[in-house]
Amino acid sequence: MNDMKETIRQFILKTYLPGESPANLRDDTPLRTSGILDSLATLGLVSYVEKEFGIELEAHETGLESFDRIEDIAALVERKRAQ
Amino acid sequence: MSTLVDYLSSSSARWPDRTAIVDPGGDALTYAELDRRSSALAGFLAARGVAPGDRVGVVLPKSATTVTALFGIMKAGAAYVPIDHSAPAERGRGILTDCQVRAVIVDAHSRALMPSASDVPLAASLVVGESFDAAVAEARPAPDVARDASALAYILYTSGSTGIPKGVMLTHDNAVSFVDWCSSVFTPSEQDRFSSHAPFHFDLSVLDLYVAIKHGAAVHLISEELGKNPRELARFIAANRLTVWYSTPSILTLLEQFGHLEAQDCSSLRLVLFAGEVFPVKHLRQVQRRWPGPDYYNLYGPTETNVCTFAKIPPGIPDDRDTPYPIGFPCAHCEPLVLEADGHEVTPGEEGLLYIAGRSVFQGYWNRPVENSAAFLSRDGRRWYNTGDVVRWHPDDGFIYAGRRDRMVKRRGYRIELGEIERGLYLHPRIHEAAVIAMPDADAGVTITAFLSCHQDAGRAPSIVEMKTFCASHLPGYMSPDRFVFETSLPRTSTDKVDYQSLRRRLAGQGAA
Repeated sequence: MNDMKETIRQFILKTYLPGESPANLRDDTPLRTSGILDSLATLGLVSYVEKEFGIELEAHETGLESFDRIEDIAALVERKRAQ
Repeated sequence: MSTLVDYLSSSSARWPDRTAIVDPGGDALTYAELDRRSSALAGFLAARGVAPGDRVGVVLPKSATTVTALFGIMKAGAAYVPIDHSAPAERGRGILTDCQVRAVIVDAHSRALMPSASDVPLAASLVVGESFDAAVAEARPAPDVARDASALAYILYTSGSTGIPKGVMLTHDNAVSFVDWCSSVFTPSEQDRFSSHAPFHFDLSVLDLYVAIKHGAAVHLISEELGKNPRELARFIAANRLTVWYSTPSILTLLEQFGHLEAQDCSSLRLVLFAGEVFPVKHLRQVQRRWPGPDYYNLYGPTETNVCTFAKIPPGIPDDRDTPYPIGFPCAHCEPLVLEADGHEVTPGEEGLLYIAGRSVFQGYWNRPVENSAAFLSRDGRRWYNTGDVVRWHPDDGFIYAGRRDRMVKRRGYRIELGEIERGLYLHPRIHEAAVIAMPDADAGVTITAFLSCHQDAGRAPSIVEMKTFCASHLPGYMSPDRFVFETSLPRTSTDKVDYQSLRRRLAGQGAA
């Protein structure tokens, strides 16, 4: 789980927050409601998560309640993999 | 000369029971219903004192109700001022105050944008879901207002170089001249089903809405939420058997990259139109491979003229082509002129600034005498609008877009004055200096970098996460910079101005170009 969170964090930092210190992107930092990721960046993240973790996400699974924080995204991936 | 309202009246008389507008929620309005409801609204507005020449603000998400509002306002002889429903409230309120609206139409969410009575005295404010619904439900005839093609139909606000949005004033005849040109080139019919992807504050919506209404076709409104979800959008195109698609290249790129187009049958499409920015060829080629059936057109034109040149994209874009397609040949209702900075006409093939004259050229910016005198050139007794775009002419291709000489960029189809981003960044209490640079990017079209320095007594610099969050609440989403770079102080020229050239060279040196 921690590895997964770290993988997601590194992707977001590299792609959308170049130059940012990893400490400023916490597991519970809101990504979309805060404006860090816009809709375009969110699509990129969904696509990355699908490819990286070998899952397919439906539109209702990428809503704000399950796809706004690194910890929520990692939990979603775990649930999908367990299915 | 006809008005946009005439299109609705004549289609409603000819095809009263055909579907005019399909709501994002799936509900539909027939031509007769749209005509009746908009008349009732016009009657209500007129009874409250809204008169020809007034402006009415519309702060609503996309819906059949919003389309009813637009026609109702125009039937009262007033001009509509569409405001981005999701932009920061301050920007919207500033626009409503700037053009001194006589009435506003809001919903529960956008009610907070309502200007204070001391800034703007309102004759009426209508709330969708409450007073608006009651107004359109009544059987009230439209007021007896002369239909005047030279009257303003709408004011669209675009990014302004001083950091404050400016209102582009367009008449019915400006819009009608463009819509009639579309009729001649795209041969629409009542059998067509148009996509409406662009929000109503964006001039792409003029084609979707009024070309469809003129010809008795159906307009399928795409909500902001659906518009950002490529997979659902591809399903939507297939399920509704859309025949005409019009959007920015960015949206078509998203559809191609994330829409799983292979899983959807979109063979109903006969026309794919795009405008608003340069379409990177590698993405256009992929879209065309996924959807080989339709005709593709690149449409070019600023909000001030709407589309004024066009190019048909040939089928089968070769694998080795990476040069963007030209913006093409002038539309029949527009006349182009290419001039050097000193006002001399260039020889064919040389680069120069593109000026446009003709029926679709706007009336000026609302209450901006300085900008208005700079925007137009008077020559041969005609008004020529300086687009600010640099082009060159090629006999086979028509006009080729070569860039800008000022600080305006296009991103996701939106026009952005980099100064407006800087103005937003300066609102941050710790920011001392801000310089924003845009660089071309083969994949994203353009990337925007903000160079910043902080006040000396401000303590540590804000984090990038903090700056992103700050921008989300102070700027429209499409203006948020991609990168933030903090410096102790920004480089200055010998005249003590921020040295943009050296910052630009630094970015180019890093391979950001």
